[in-house]
Amino acid sequence: MTSSVTFQILRPSSGFWLTAGIAAALAILGLAAAHHMEVEGHYVTGMNNRVVWGLPHVFAVFLIVSASGALNAASISSVFGQSLYKPLSRISGLLAMALLVGGLTVLVLDLGRPDRLIIAMTYYNFESIFAWNIFLYTGFLIVVAVYLWMMFEPRMNRFTRPAGTVSFIWRLVLTTGTGSIFGFLVAREAFDSAVLAPMFIAMSLSFGTAVTLLAMMLGSRLGQAPVNHEILARLRTLLAYFVIAVAFFVAIDHLTRLYAAGHTGVERFLLVEGGIYPWLFWVGQGLLGTVIPVILLLTPRFAGVSQTVFASLLVLLGAFAQLYVLIIGGQAFPMDIFPGYIEKSTYYDGVVAGYAPSLPELVLGLGGIGLAALIALVAVRVLPFLPQGSVKQPAG
Amino acid sequence: MSQSQPPSSATTRRRFFTQAGAGVALLALAPGVRLAELAVAASDDEPVTDAHRWGLWVDTSRCASGCDACVSACNDEHGLTGMGRPETDAQWIRKVDLKDETTGREVSLPLMCQHCEEPPCVDVCPTGASFRREDGIVLVDKHICIGCRYCMMACPFHARSFIHEDLSGQKTHSPRGKGVVESCTLCVHRVDENRAPACVDACADAGHHALVFGDLNDAQGPLASALAREETDELRSDLKLNTAVRYSGV
Repeated sequence: MTSSVTFQILRPSSGFWLTAGIAAALAILGLAAAHHMEVEGHYVTGMNNRVVWGLPHVFAVFLIVSASGALNAASISSVFGQSLYKPLSRISGLLAMALLVGGLTVLVLDLGRPDRLIIAMTYYNFESIFAWNIFLYTGFLIVVAVYLWMMFEPRMNRFTRPAGTVSFIWRLVLTTGTGSIFGFLVAREAFDSAVLAPMFIAMSLSFGTAVTLLAMMLGSRLGQAPVNHEILARLRTLLAYFVIAVAFFVAIDHLTRLYAAGHTGVERFLLVEGGIYPWLFWVGQGLLGTVIPVILLLTPRFAGVSQTVFASLLVLLGAFAQLYVLIIGGQAFPMDIFPGYIEKSTYYDGVVAGYAPSLPELVLGLGGIGLAALIALVAVRVLPFLPQGSVKQPAG
Repeated sequence: MSQSQPPSSATTRRRFFTQAGAGVALLALAPGVRLAELAVAASDDEPVTDAHRWGLWVDTSRCASGCDACVSACNDEHGLTGMGRPETDAQWIRKVDLKDETTGREVSLPLMCQHCEEPPCVDVCPTGASFRREDGIVLVDKHICIGCRYCMMACPFHARSFIHEDLSGQKTHSPRGKGVVESCTLCVHRVDENRAPACVDACADAGHHALVFGDLNDAQGPLASALAREETDELRSDLKLNTAVRYSGV
C-alpha cells in the first residue's frame, strides 16, 4: 500500500441535499408502509398463504446480496494487492454496511411480528440456516466496521490486509448462507439446488459491482471530483464478466432441471407458460439485464460515464427481474404433493398461486434502498470516505 | 399458585386414570394394551415422552367427495373463521379432490399437517418456535414465532397458514395471533385428555370412519394394526420425512 491516496469529507451541495432528501423521504415512507402492514396485518399486501415471501423479500435479498458484493473493491485492493482500487476501498466498505442495514431493515419490518426482533436475537435454532444467517449478517457488520477502522486509523493500517481477508472470507460465507436459504428448501422444485449458493456469490459480485460503479460516479459528481477512468474501465470489464458468470449459473440451474423429466413442468412454467415470469426471465434478466449491458460494458465505444451508468442500471434491473422470478415464481408454481393426479381444493392446490405486489410492499422495499443511501450519504458527509481527486499510479 | 386452586376436572380425571391404571397393573392381570394406555394418561406435571407417537390413517376409500365434516369440525374446534379472503384465510385442514391423470380415477381426501418425524418446518425455524413434541405432534410456539414464514416455504404440504389480520372469538384451548404461523395441532388439547382429534370424531359422526387416530408405537392399537394390515403410504415419500399421517388409496 502507498499513501498516495487521500480522502475527503463531502462538502454539502444542492445536489447532496437533494439526493439525501430523496433518500430520507423514501426511508420515512418505507417506515410508514411497514407500520401500515403491521397495524392492519399482511392481508393489505399481495402476499398470501401460498406466496408467503413477496416484493419486500426481493428488495431485501437484493440489498443483502449487493452488500457483500459491494465489498469487492476493498477486497481487491487490500486482499489481492491491487492498490489501483484503494481510492474505492473506504466507500466500498461503507456501501457494504449501508446496503446490509437497508436489506435487514426491510426483512425485519416485513416479519409478522417485527416487535419480536429481540426474540430472533436471543432464541436460536442452530439447525436453521436462517439462524446462522442472523449471525453472519450481524458479524459482517462488525467485521467490516473493524476493517474500516483499520483503513481509517493510520496506526492500524498495517492490519488492513488481515482485516480485509477476514471480511472477504466472511462475505463469501454470508452469500453462501443467503443462497442456501433457498437452496435448502428441498420441498420446492424451483429452489432445492446446491448451485444456488455459488450462483448467489456470482450475483453478489455482479450486483455489488454495479452498485459500486453507480456510487463511485455519484460520489464524484456530488464531490465535484473527476471520475477515475482507469478504475472505471477495470470495473466495467469486471462487471461484464460477473454478469456473464451469473448467466452461466442460471443456465446450469435451468438446464439441470430441464434434463430431469420430473422437473420439466416447473421449467415450462418459469421459461414459457408462466405469464409474467418468462417475460421477466427472457426480457428482464436475459435481454435487458445481461445481453445489452454486457455489450455496452465490453465495447470501448460505450465507455463513457453516462453509458456506464446506463449499463449498471440495466444490470440492477436484471437483478430485480432475476430475484422476482426466483423468489416469487418459485413459490407460485404449485408443489407436486400428489404426482400423477390433477388436484383441486379450497387452498389452491395444483394451481399457480396468484400474487400481485401491493403499494405498501413496494414502498417498504424502496424504503430499504432509501435507508441504505441515506446511511451512505450521512457517512460521507461526516467522515473522509471519498477519494480526493485523481490518484497517481501507486507503487503496490 | 396452582396449589391453592382446586384441581380441574381434567386433572382429576387424569389422576384417576393414572392411579387406576397403576392399581390394575399391580394386580398383575394380563398386561394388555388397555392397561398400558391407562397407565400413561399422565398429569399435566409429567413431561410428554416418546412412548407414544400419535398419528392418523386416512382411508380414502371411505372419504366422501363433497363431505367436509372434518374441515367444519376443525374450524369449530379452533375458532377458525374466514374473513372472506380465501387466499389469506387460515385452513388447518382442507379437502383435496384428486383425479388420476391417466385413468381418471377420482379420490377425495383431507390434507393437514403430516406431523413428520423429520419436519422441515422445525429444521428451518430460526427461533425454534416450530417444534416437535416427544410424542410426535408438530406445533408452533406462538410466543416465540416471529412471523418470518420460512416454515411455510419449507413445508412440503402447504399445511401452514399465516395470520394476516386481527382475530376475534378465539378459543382458550387454541390460542392464535396476528402475525404468526399456525397449523393443525392434531388437537393436542384433546389428545392430552385421551380424546381423538375433532376431525376424527366428526368423520365418524358423519358415518364415514375414514380417519383413524391412534398411537403408531402401539402395535395392538387401532392405528398401528390398521397400518400393518392395509397398504398405506406417506405423502411425498421421496423426502423421507416419516410422516405420522398415512394414506391408503393414493
